[in-house]
Amino acid sequence: MSTVVNIERLGVSFATDAGAVKAVDDVSLKVERGEVLAIVGESGSGKTVTAKTILGLLPDTATASGAVILSNKAGTAESDVVSLSKKQLRAVRGTDVAMVFQEPSSALNPVYTVGWQIIEGLRAHSSISAKDARAKAIEILGRVGIPDPEHRVDHYPHQFSGGQKQRIVIAMALVLDPGLIVADEPTTALDVTVQAEILDLLRRCRDEFGMGIVLITHNMGVVADLADRVAVMYQGKVVEEADAKTLFASPQAEYTKALLAAVPYVGTGTASAIERAAKRPADWVEQTPVVEASGLEIVYPGRFGKPGFQAVGGVDFVIRPGEVLGLVGESGSGKTTIGRAIAGLTKVTGGSLRVLGHEMNGVREREFRPLRSRIGFVFQDPASSFNPLLTIAECVAEPLVIHGRASNPAAARKRVDELLEAVQLPKAYGDRYPHELSGGQRQRASLARALALEPELLIADEPTSALDVSVQARVLELFAELQREFGFASLFISHDLAVVDILADRIAVLYRGSLVEEGTGAEVLGAPRDPYTQRLLASLPVPDPVAQAERREELRRLREAV
Amino acid sequence: MARSPERAIRIRASPDWRTLTSTTTAPASSASPAKRRPPKSSGGGLGRYIIVRALLIIPTVFILVTLVFVLMRSTGDPITAKLGGQLPADQLAERIHAAGYDRPIIVQYLEYLGQIATGNFGTTLTDNRPVTEILVTYGAATLELAFYALLVAFVVGIPFGLIAAYFRDKGQDASLRVFAILCYATPVFFSGLLLKLIFSVWLGWLPVAGRASVSAQLQMELLPNKTGLYTIDAIMTGNPAVLGDVLAHAVLPAIALGLLTAGVFLRLVRTNVIGTLSTDYVDAARSRGVSEYRLVRKHAYRPALIPIITVIGLQIALLLGGAVLTETTFEWKGLGFMLSEYLQARDFVAVQGIVALLAVIVALTNFIVDIIAALIDPRVRY
Repeated sequence: MSTVVNIERLGVSFATDAGAVKAVDDVSLKVERGEVLAIVGESGSGKTVTAKTILGLLPDTATASGAVILSNKAGTAESDVVSLSKKQLRAVRGTDVAMVFQEPSSALNPVYTVGWQIIEGLRAHSSISAKDARAKAIEILGRVGIPDPEHRVDHYPHQFSGGQKQRIVIAMALVLDPGLIVADEPTTALDVTVQAEILDLLRRCRDEFGMGIVLITHNMGVVADLADRVAVMYQGKVVEEADAKTLFASPQAEYTKALLAAVPYVGTGTASAIERAAKRPADWVEQTPVVEASGLEIVYPGRFGKPGFQAVGGVDFVIRPGEVLGLVGESGSGKTTIGRAIAGLTKVTGGSLRVLGHEMNGVREREFRPLRSRIGFVFQDPASSFNPLLTIAECVAEPLVIHGRASNPAAARKRVDELLEAVQLPKAYGDRYPHELSGGQRQRASLARALALEPELLIADEPTSALDVSVQARVLELFAELQREFGFASLFISHDLAVVDILADRIAVLYRGSLVEEGTGAEVLGAPRDPYTQRLLASLPVPDPVAQAERREELRRLREAV
Repeated sequence: MARSPERAIRIRASPDWRTLTSTTTAPASSASPAKRRPPKSSGGGLGRYIIVRALLIIPTVFILVTLVFVLMRSTGDPITAKLGGQLPADQLAERIHAAGYDRPIIVQYLEYLGQIATGNFGTTLTDNRPVTEILVTYGAATLELAFYALLVAFVVGIPFGLIAAYFRDKGQDASLRVFAILCYATPVFFSGLLLKLIFSVWLGWLPVAGRASVSAQLQMELLPNKTGLYTIDAIMTGNPAVLGDVLAHAVLPAIALGLLTAGVFLRLVRTNVIGTLSTDYVDAARSRGVSEYRLVRKHAYRPALIPIITVIGLQIALLLGGAVLTETTFEWKGLGFMLSEYLQARDFVAVQGIVALLAVIVALTNFIVDIIAALIDPRVRY
C-alpha cells in the first residue's frame, strides 16, 4: 500500500471583517491507496475546508499552513498542494486528485453536454484527439452505469435524473484515473434508494480502480456503509480517528459518543407509538378525522395546452384528532404537494380532501381563510421561511395579528414570549433577526410561529432535513413534547424513515404519486409488504458497519428479485 | 416531459440550477431501467415555442398602438395644437370638423386601427408626406445607427464586463466600474459634443455631423435600387472613398450612443458572471484542471449570457430613446431626428406613426431576443 495523500499539521484560516477565523486547526490525516477515509462532523466543523485544501480550491481569503503531500497514482512523484503555484495546481487537479460534489445538479454546467464537459477535462491534461476523447467519454459513462452511453454522451445535464447526474460527476472524476477522489457529501442531495447505488459505485471506484477516497459526510449510516477509517472533526480539530468498526463499537471521544447517540434509528419510535395508542379513548376511531382524503388527485396544469403533470393520483388516508401521520417518499413522490393541498396552498383537482370538515376540492379562498387559523405549517428551510427584515418576535406574532388575536406585534409580545419559552428559546431572542439565529434555533422559532394560534393540525414539511444530526435530534424531541402538550394532529412529511418513525403514530409510504403502504410503525417498518417499502427500508444505511454489510446483501437480493 | 412550474427564463441567473432541473427529471431507479424516460428531442419544442412567442407580438403591438393613440389625443386635437390662437374660433372649429377631429374618440380610434391594418399611416400635417415614406426613409438611418451603437456596446461592454468579474473587487474591477458609471451617466448630447470637440474640431479626424458628405450622398442618390442603409448603398457604389466617408460619419454617433449601453452591458455581464463564477460547476471544472481563462470564457460566460441576452431586449428600447438625442446632436437624419422636428411642429400624425413604429421594433426585438435565449439555454422549451 502506498500513501496517496498525507495531510500534515494543516491549518486554514479565513480573513473576515472581524479578523482571522480558524476553520481548520492542526489536522493530520493520511489516506492509502484503495482505502476510504471518512471525515465526519457537523456544519462548520472544517471537514469541507479540509477536503477543498487537498485540491487547492480554497478561496482567496483563506490562508493555509502545514502541508498536504499528494502522490500521483503510480507513486512516483510527490507535491505539496499548499505551496504549489497556480499552474502546477492545475496539472495536479484531475490527474492526481479529483472531486465529487454534494449537489450533482449544480456541479454540471447546464449549458454544455455532459460529453463536452468530460472531454474538456481530458483535453486539459493531454493532447488527446477529439475523437479519442469522445470514445473515452463514452466508455467511462458506460462504466459508471449510464445506459446507452453512445447516445447519452450528447445530452445536457437536465436530461438526466439526480442519481445519473452524480454518476456522471463520478465519471468525470474517474476518467483521468487519479489516485485519490475527494467526495464532499456525495449522497446528501439524493434519495435514499439512489444513495445506496452511488455508494456502491464509490465502493467500485475503490475496489476496481484502486483509488483512495476521502469521504466527507455528516451521515453516520453512509460512513458505516463505505468507510474503512473514520476521522471525527469538531470545531476545526480532529477529535478522534479510528478504523470504522472500532469507532462505531467503542467511540472514545465524548463528541463522537454524542454524535452517534443523536443518529435516528429505525424502530425507536414504535414503543412510544404503542404507548400513545393505548391511552386513546375507546371512541377515538369514530371521531371525525381532522383530514380525510379519498381518491385525492392533484394535477399541475401544463402550459399552453400541454397536458398537466399528475403529482398525486388517487390517494386515500385519514388523520384523526391528535394523531401524527408520517408521510414518507422520495423527491417527486408528491408528499409536499399533499401537505400544501391540505394547507390550501395547492389546488385539489380530483377526488375528495376534507380538512377540518371542509371539502378542499373546489374550495374558495374566502371560505377557507377562517380555517387557516386552525392549521399550522412548518417549512423545510428555516432560513428562507422567515422575512429577513422582521425580528423573530414580529414573525411569530404575525399569525396572531392577521387573525385578530392581537392588534399589533407589540401587543402580542406576551404570547410570543410564552411561545418562545415553549420551544425552549430565550425570550430575548425575540428581538433578534432571523440571520442572527442558528438553523436549529430558527426552526424552533418556526415551530413557535406555527403553534401561535394553537392549531388543531400542524403540517411539517421536512422540518429537520436542513439541520445537523444532533440539532435534528433536539428539534424532534421538542416536536414530540409539544405534540404531547398541545395535542394537535399532524402530517409529518419526511424522506427519512428513521425520523418519521420517531414521531409518527402511523406511517404512509408514497411512491410516484400513489400510496403504496400504510400502517403503524411496527407494521410498515417491521414487516413491509410492498416491494418499494422493502427497498426503501433496506436502502437506509444504519450506523453500524457490521449490520450495514448484512443489509447491503439484503438490498442486493431485493434488487435482483425485482 | 413534465413541465416545471418555474418560469423557464429568469432575468437573473441563480446559482441554484436545481430549482429548474430537479422537478423535470424522474428519480433514477436501477430496478426499473425500462421506465426511464426517453430523452426528448429539442427541435419540435423549439418550433412551438417560436410560434407562441410570435403570436404574442400581436396583442403587444395592439396595446402599444392604442396607448400611443390615447396619449396623443389626450393632449387635444392636432389642429388646435398647431393653429390655436392664430385663427378665429369659428374658422378653427370648421377646420377641426373638416378633418373629423370632433367625432367621438372611439370612432376616430376605430378608423385609425382600420387604417393601420391596411398599412395606411396617414399623411403628415406639416409637409404633406405619407408617414409610411418617412418611416421607411428615416427608419433605415436609425436602424444603421442602432446597429453600430449595439456593436460598440458589445465590443466594449462584454469583454470589460468579463475582466471586471474576474478581477472582482480589485483595481481593474474598480476602475472599470467607474468607467461604466461614466458611460451610462453621461447624457448623449454632452458626450456627443465632447467627442465632436475632440475628434472633429481639435484633431480634425472625423466629420462633425450628418450621415455622409454631399458628394458621397450624390453618388448614392444615383444608385438605381438604393436601400437607404448608407453602408450598403456605399458598398454598392463600388467606390471605397464613399464607404470610408459613410463609416467616418458613423463613428462618433455610434460611440456616443454605444457607450451609453456599453456601461449597462458591462455592469450586467460583471454581475452575472460573478454569480456564475461562484457556482459549483465552475469549482467542479476547476477541480478537473481546467484553466482559469476557460473557466471565465466558457463555464461562467455562457450561462451568464442567458439573463444578459434577455436584458439586451429591454436595452434596445433605451437605445432607441437615446437615438433621438444622438441624432439631433449629430444631425443624423433618422427617425429620432425627424421625431423631434415633428414634435416641434406639433405634427401629431407623423409623431403617432413614428412612435408606433418604434414600439413595434421594440416588440420584435424582444421576440428575437427570447428566441436567442432559448437557443443558448438547452433547458428553455415550451
